[in-house]
Order: sequence, then structure tokens, then C-alpha cells
Amino acid sequence: MAVVQQTAHPEGRSSSSFWTVARRDSLAGFLFIAPQLIGITLFVLTPLCLVFWYSLHEWNVLANTFTYTGLANYQMLLEDTSLPSVLGATAIFSAGLVIFNLSLALLLAVLLNQKLAGITIFRTLFFSPVVVSLVAWTIVWGFLLQKNGGINGVLLVFGIDGPNWLREPVTAMISVIVVQVFKNVGLNMILFLAALQGVPNELYEAARIDGAPRFKQFRRITLPLISPTILLTSIITIVGSLQVFAQIAVLTQGGPGLTTTVLVYYLYQQAFQFHFFGYGSTLSIMLFVIVAVLTFTQWQMRKRIVFYES
Amino acid sequence: MKAELSPRRQVFLYGLLCVLLIPFVFPTWWMVTSSVKPISDIFAFPPQLMPESYDWTTYAKVFELQPFVKQYWNSAYIAALVTIGTMIVSSMAGYAFARIKFPFANTIFMVVLLGLLIPSEVTIVPLFQMFLKAGMVNTHWPLILVPIFGAPSVFATFVMRQFFIALPAELEEAARVDGLGRFKIFRKIALPLARPALASVAIFTFLHSWNLYLEPIVFLSSADKFTLPQALTQYTDAYGGPMWNIQLAAATLTALPVLLVFIIAQKQFVEGLAHTGLKG
Repeated sequence: MAVVQQTAHPEGRSSSSFWTVARRDSLAGFLFIAPQLIGITLFVLTPLCLVFWYSLHEWNVLANTFTYTGLANYQMLLEDTSLPSVLGATAIFSAGLVIFNLSLALLLAVLLNQKLAGITIFRTLFFSPVVVSLVAWTIVWGFLLQKNGGINGVLLVFGIDGPNWLREPVTAMISVIVVQVFKNVGLNMILFLAALQGVPNELYEAARIDGAPRFKQFRRITLPLISPTILLTSIITIVGSLQVFAQIAVLTQGGPGLTTTVLVYYLYQQAFQFHFFGYGSTLSIMLFVIVAVLTFTQWQMRKRIVFYES
Repeated sequence: MKAELSPRRQVFLYGLLCVLLIPFVFPTWWMVTSSVKPISDIFAFPPQLMPESYDWTTYAKVFELQPFVKQYWNSAYIAALVTIGTMIVSSMAGYAFARIKFPFANTIFMVVLLGLLIPSEVTIVPLFQMFLKAGMVNTHWPLILVPIFGAPSVFATFVMRQFFIALPAELEEAARVDGLGRFKIFRKIALPLARPALASVAIFTFLHSWNLYLEPIVFLSSADKFTLPQALTQYTDAYGGPMWNIQLAAATLTALPVLLVFIIAQKQFVEGLAHTGLKG
């Protein structure tokens, strides 16, 4: 048997003794990852180094000058009077989005996990905004949220005079959060649903025999067992919330004032509307640091909050 | 699955689900119905859930005011190329990271994963400068090359790797003994088995490209190069205010085809997502 295998082995057919199995594998491995590795080098690592390099420069597009100014842009970051508002808006937006998104996703997943006829139709409908073009979705909501739009029209039927949602600070922030949550909560809902279906039924039966109420079952059995999914979805959702751009650009243009100007939108304005490429790069570095720190912290927290890992 | 529910609980549950459904379904309904209302009716009070009269000229205006067919084609072909390209790049890289032993494999994998930490927004300024130098601003190249090879494809590679790791190795061992090369094993054995993972990679890559907004408005400046998301916001009046009925008509044309495909293939969509490597 062993002899047969040896003669049939690729090594046996190879004319050159240099091409051992290990060497062939190494070559194959590098060839397989080459497109991705070259791509990452070209479109991620190089720009990342460049963005740091740019952030150390004063870049005047009109005069076509590019002068090294050391940490001047970072100094500007500290003195930028708009930045506290921008970071505040970013924090409120992200926190609001994550809390609302994850709790709604979990609620929907629990409801969809019931034994009910036609439940897949509901699942499909809750998921459907995920596949609706983002800007189309945002435009309709913008239309609904006008002072004389559909939402206020319905409120008026009940005698309520609704606010001008997108033009008042608090309601504008709530609006952009809500629009984004309804667009994408279906993704987290499906992930939670898959996690809920993975919880062994015997655990609930045992709890029922012990007379544990439903809420307690949820807290003591369900939550701990799906905690890896909660961690994963919260990382994805937080990082995603820091990238939200189209909704802000279409709905509020960062207004009123700076109340919905999140970091990405501010970065876009500085770099591509005002052509401050140096300062824009400094803001990019800040965004990168925030994403990295958040992801790293959450990853570290998994030891504490995740009770069970598959 | 939980135990059978009592009829009263069932009614309550259906009611709750229907109420919760409103913000998910109503906007799409409102978009489609408002797009065929005459302009005088779209802000009518009380709101018309069903159009009382129809005005189809709005749809003609969508095509008159902008090269909308061209823009539709731009979005469609870019998304198609990005989807196919990402499937090739990420399945090959994912396979190698899962299956082939080569030097520094783990280190390289960690470097590639860095892409997950670096959203395209972070690198948009230097990317713009790089493509400017290469003479590719106001072309579709940045919208094709960056998603296929850059940060957005890293997630796809990760999903493919997780899938291939879970695939039993014995299937390939037999082929290796028969003297099949790595690429043939990948093409003939591993890839056909990876269809579910590839399908979800395809779906998410397509949607990502179809929804891209920041990149098109940074890189593209002439109307015949625009992609759909960018084009939708260009239907504005002389004061820069949105022409609502035309925007809604264009939005309907953008959203409905994908929505229909989704409803037909919803099982693959939803289950594909739930069963990719996301859980591991």
C-alpha cells in the first residue's frame, strides 16, 4: 500500500528534485494569496502610510505647495473649536445606533424564533430594507421626515403638530439614527436568530421544570449562550456606525449647525469641499485610532463578558 | 424551537409583529406610490396611502434630466465586475490561508486582517491622490480596483477562509495522492463545495458596491460617469432643493429590481448569511 502511494505521489512524477511537496506548496500558497496581498499593500498599507505622511504637511491645492509642518496639524486638531461638537455628535450617533440596533435586533430575533405559521414571511419583510439601495432608502425617509411629509401628516390626523424633524437638533440626530437602524437591523437580527436556534432546547426544559420564569430563562440561559454573537455584532455595528456617511450627506448635511456632523462627514468636508488635504489626513488618522482602540477594547472585553465560546 | 403557543398569545404576537413591521415596509410602499402621484398630491393632507390619480410623466423626466440609462449601466457593470473579482480573489486567498502550508502564512493573514480595521474612509484622501496621479480620477477604476483588492474584500476572504477550514480535508487528500496540482484541487474539488459561502460573498459584495456613495462622489465628476446612488441626489431644482417626485421615481427604479431578486431568492440570502463563518 505504502509503495503504491509513493509511486503515485506528485513528487515521483516531478522531473526536478528541487520541487519538493513543501516547496510546491509554498509557491502555490504565495500565488494564491498574491492578488489579495498586492491589493492590500497597494490600496490599504500604502495609503495608510501616506495618510500619516500627509498629516505632517500643510497642503495648499491652489498654490500647489506641500510643506512639512511637523505636528502643526495635530496642534490644529486640539485647537479646532468645531471638533468637540463633531466628536460629541459621533459619540451620540454611534452609541445611540448600537444600543437601538442591538436591542431591536434581539427583540425581533426572539419574536421570530417562536413557533408561528408564516414566520418566514415576517423574517423576509424585516430583512428587506437591507437590500433596498441605501440612498433610495434615505431619500424616502428624507421625504417622510419633511415638515409637511408623511410622518407629520399621520401625526396631524391624530391632532399632533409634528416637529420639522431634520431641522431641529435633537430630532435630527434621532432621525439619522433611526433611518440607519431600520435599514440594517435585519443583518444583526439574522445573526441573533441563528444564535438563538443554536441554544439547546434541553436547557429551557430543565429551567421550566425548576419553575424559572421566562424572563429569568432569557437572562440566565439565552443571554450567556449568545454572548459571542452579541460581541461580534456589537463590534461590526460600532465600526459600521463610524463609517456612516451617505445618510448624513443626504438627510441633514451635518446640520442643523454641527449637531449631526459625524467624524467621517467632517473629514469629507475638510478634505474634499475645503481642500484641506493635510488636515483631512489628520482627521483620518484620528478616525483610524478610534476604530482600532474600540475594536481592541471590545476584543479584550470578550474574556469578561463572553461566557461561552464555541 | 419553543413549545406551541396558545391562540391568544399567537394573536398578540401577530399583532406585535405587524406593528413592528411598519417602519420596515411602509417607506418602500410610500416610495413606490408617491412616485406615481402628481406633484400636487405628494404632500397632500391627509396622506394618500393609495394614489388617487396617476402621473407617469415623472418617470419620463427621470430619463430626460440625466443620462439615467447610462448611470444604471455604470452601477450594474461596476457591481458585477466587483462581485466576480472579489469572488476570485477572496476564494483563492481564503483557500490558501485555510489549507496550504507556506512560510509566514499566519503573519500575512494578520496583515490582511488589518484591512478590517481600516475602513476605506480612513484612506480616501491618499487613495484620491494616488488615482489622481495615475490619471484615473473621473473613471470607474477606483470603484472597481479598491473593492476587489483592498479593504472591502478582506471580509470576503475571512468568510471564505472560515468555510474552507470547516471543509473535511480527506476530500482533497485523495486527489493529492492522484497527483492533482493545488490549483486543480482548488478548482475541481474545493470551489464547487464552497458554493454556499461564495453565494453569500457575492450577495454582500454586490450590495456593498451597489450602495457605495462616498467613493463615487469623491472620484466622479461628470454625469455620464455617475453611479445610481450619486445620480439619485442630482435631481434638484434651481434652488438646490430636491425634486421629490423625480427622486422617488428614480429611487423606485433603483430599489425595485434588487428587492424583487431578493424576494425570489430570500432563502439563499438569509440562510447564506446565517451559515457563513460569521458564527465561528
